Amino acid sequence: MAEYSPSSASPSREPAVLDARGITKVYRMGEVDVHALRGVDAALYAGELVVLVGASGSGKSTLLNIMGGLDSPSEGSVFYRDEDLTHADSWELTRYRREHVGFVFQFYNLIPSLTARENIALVTDIADDPLDPAEALALVGLGDRLDHFPAQLSGGEQQRVAIARAIAKQPEVLLCDEPTGALDYRTGVRVLEIIERVNRELGTTTAIITHNAPIAAMANRVITLQDGRVVEERVNPARVQASDIRW
Amino acid sequence: MVSALDRKLLRDLSRLKGQVVTIALVVAAGIAAFVAMKGNYASLEHARDSYYERSRFADVFAHLERAPEALRADLESIPGVSRVDTRVVEGAMIPLATFSEPIRAQLISLPPGGHAVLNDLYLVEGRMVEPGHSDEAVIIQSFAAAHGLRPGSEMPVVINGVWRRLRVVGVAMSPEYVMAMSPGAVTQDPRRFAVVWMDRAPLAGAFEMEGAFNDVSLELQPGASEEEVLAVTDRVLAPYGGFGAIPRRKQLSNNVIDGELLQMKSMSTIVPAIFLAVAALLLNVVLSRLVHLQRPDIATLKAVGYSDYEIGLHFLKLVVVISGLGALLGLGAGAWLGSQLTKLYGQFFKFPSLQFQLDLSSTALAMAISFAAAFVGAFGAVRAVMKLAPAEAMRPAAPTHYRRSLVDLLRLGRVVGPSAQMIMRELERRPLRTLGSSAAIAASVGLLVVAGWYSDGLDTLMYTQFHEVMREDVMVAFSEPRPERAVRELEHLPGVLSAEGMRMVPVRFVNGALVRDGVINGYVDDGEMRTLRDRFGRVVPLPPDGVVLTDLLGELLRVKVGDTLEVQIREGKRSVERLTISGFVDEGFGLQGHMRIGPLREVLGEEPLVSTGLLRVDPTRSRELDERLKAMPHIASVTKRSDIFAQFREQSGAMIATMTVLITLFAAVITVGVVYNNARIALSLRARDLASLRVLGFHRREISAILLGELAIQVLVSLPLGMWFGSVLVHGIASTVDPEQFRLPVILTSRSYAYAALVALVASALSALLVRRKLDRLDLIGVLKTRE
Repeated sequence: MAEYSPSSASPSREPAVLDARGITKVYRMGEVDVHALRGVDAALYAGELVVLVGASGSGKSTLLNIMGGLDSPSEGSVFYRDEDLTHADSWELTRYRREHVGFVFQFYNLIPSLTARENIALVTDIADDPLDPAEALALVGLGDRLDHFPAQLSGGEQQRVAIARAIAKQPEVLLCDEPTGALDYRTGVRVLEIIERVNRELGTTTAIITHNAPIAAMANRVITLQDGRVVEERVNPARVQASDIRW
Repeated sequence: MVSALDRKLLRDLSRLKGQVVTIALVVAAGIAAFVAMKGNYASLEHARDSYYERSRFADVFAHLERAPEALRADLESIPGVSRVDTRVVEGAMIPLATFSEPIRAQLISLPPGGHAVLNDLYLVEGRMVEPGHSDEAVIIQSFAAAHGLRPGSEMPVVINGVWRRLRVVGVAMSPEYVMAMSPGAVTQDPRRFAVVWMDRAPLAGAFEMEGAFNDVSLELQPGASEEEVLAVTDRVLAPYGGFGAIPRRKQLSNNVIDGELLQMKSMSTIVPAIFLAVAALLLNVVLSRLVHLQRPDIATLKAVGYSDYEIGLHFLKLVVVISGLGALLGLGAGAWLGSQLTKLYGQFFKFPSLQFQLDLSSTALAMAISFAAAFVGAFGAVRAVMKLAPAEAMRPAAPTHYRRSLVDLLRLGRVVGPSAQMIMRELERRPLRTLGSSAAIAASVGLLVVAGWYSDGLDTLMYTQFHEVMREDVMVAFSEPRPERAVRELEHLPGVLSAEGMRMVPVRFVNGALVRDGVINGYVDDGEMRTLRDRFGRVVPLPPDGVVLTDLLGELLRVKVGDTLEVQIREGKRSVERLTISGFVDEGFGLQGHMRIGPLREVLGEEPLVSTGLLRVDPTRSRELDERLKAMPHIASVTKRSDIFAQFREQSGAMIATMTVLITLFAAVITVGVVYNNARIALSLRARDLASLRVLGFHRREISAILLGELAIQVLVSLPLGMWFGSVLVHGIASTVDPEQFRLPVILTSRSYAYAALVALVASALSALLVRRKLDRLDLIGVLKTRE
């Protein structure tokens, strides 16, 4: 592990749960080099709910993937508490994801051949101190849809299964990538309420990325990305409840 | 409790059942072929070896004119010889009342008690003959079964010209007649050839062999030099009219069995190897693509914290289930098939105990090969996905890179339209995959060509032999050479339209140390029934003098046209002559020499004699003729050309039909396996493209054409490739036949090729239809909505 000193961006706080500094990411898509991130600093602190906003292509998903150990930066460093993820090998990253991170994706990423309960069991099978799959589903209001396959569920229900799957392992960090992106307004709000509840009741450090600006209102802190750079970082003085968000 | 990941496995298996089944069937075909053919081979080999061992099958055989029993001691003292058995062996004729034709018989003497020192009989039914009972006989089982003879039955036998009635007391098998073939025959004919064992005294009495013998078998000591024993035996027997000792491998029945086993050995390696190779290729291609299709699932599993190892194991389980299913199915089918094959062989090879047994080591090897192939295939693909960071795996793969294809280069785009361009670009983008699929189909086409060759090629060989070389209806063999008027006598029999004589002389060809036994055929001038022809049926004119040799015999003896060759005559005065070689002929069977009958008689220095009469016969009077021939004492055998041909067809027919059905079935399994799986995967990979085309207004027929066109091209490429491969295989298999026995010509008819192509096309069309049904049910909106 490399030596760690707290982020200079927030000297007043306790150490960050997740701290990304100077992140640059370049990929090759076919024959084109894409600069997704150009020197981004971002941190998540214990128990807070952060919303990362930005237009499509601003690099927010890439940042989230790097913080969640799904991808590695081309340059810069990422720390989970005092663990350096930047140079972690695939085995260490797997362990990190398995033990500490829950993901919610825009397209749910449920395994189509498994029922709601089984999709959650997929995670609880390998976690140390998981919730019962039925309990996790009850938490997202799907206690009665245990044995439905993804194809038998609406988009909102699928996303709630995905949230249940993410929180069933009781992760320290919940990373949500456009969780409402594929949903209509009413269903989207329902999903946000659940995320908010998880954050409040379980104390899970949560990051939501969205291109939908009004969602920022529910955050403790808002980070705005544009063109692969952080253009604004502000603390939300007056949080709005998810149920009151309109778009 | 079943883990969620294992549940996914089960659901995947059930979703992919079409693919699981077709791949498992290819694996099963490979293993079944391996188990059945190797097991059958091992069973026959075991039956032969244990039978030879138990019955003390001799190592060296020699026939001679007549030697006093006292000579036995001289033979026993030959260095390397452990045991000697002398006996009287003579030809006879059985004019069975219930069978129209005269039956050729081999009479063999038995020692008191019936159990010979060597070549012991295996009594199937009844008992051995009792000493002093001159009318008792033990007969060979194949003949007994063909005529319904049992202990207690009686039969007439013409022994040295004297009509006798013998009583059957026992039915037996003999290691010398596992294939009960009469000397000089090409097939066994249990209805027309009998082996009869009698007490030695009466048999010796009938042939003036009291205190003498004319046949001897030797057993060698371990490590003895067969070559030296043969040479010494020949020297010892020479003054007594020895015909030349032969080693076990040249003993007629054993030679045929060895030939069959040798061929079976190569077939049982080649055929299953092809199946296993194709199965491996298919598992590799299909599994790697299946894994590739699961890219998003793999990404999700990684995102939620599954390790590479766990995900790898998950896919390996898929492989184990598919190949395990195939292996079990193959093992079961192979064991059943093998036992049927062994039963089939049991009809021709008469071993006392012939039981199919699994060849464990090769079975284990087959399974290991198929599992390994499956692992390698899946492992490569899993690893490729593993190498991707999960985030990258979750993104749709970058648009596939296409290049301008041959169609573009040739500026044919306008002509062939965008569908054909899509097909061409897809094929050219993955040339190895296209080639791999084509190669797999080509392997099955190749096997079908082999099947076609077995039936058509052998048919052609037989047709040449029995319709062009042998033009007589009936061949009458005299028990010893007869004056030429014997032919005139035959000509006057009822129903005979014309008759010709022929002189066949057993000889030994010698060129220094190179020695081969054979016959010289003497042809009458202007004969119509037998003319010298090569194996393609073309007439080879006989030079006015000198001898024309089978070309292989020339090669073996290392002689060329114009050389003189030593020829030891092995009958009559047994002189040693020198003959000039006047030519060679490419023949299908045997090793022999051919001469005009005049010069041959000059060489032999004999009166005009014939050994065989060839007859053209009025078919409406053949029964009458048979009755008269049966009553003639100097006739050893009567052979009808149509019977040999029918016999051959009957014998090889069942075998060839079985092989053809099996190979066809297996080839169809391979083709379906390749085409169906390729189509299913192509459909999964391109569902979005195809649905987009449908949305744009393409008809079902048009999108089917795009998907199936790609497959059609793979199949079309495979056809010429498969035909070429088939001919390579046929040449390989033909070369495993002992050429001194007979030479299978590589005759591949257009019918064989057409059959191979037809099976491949039908199997492909069926697979395409199955997939086409899925294509018709393509969910346009659904496909467009889901992410890639």
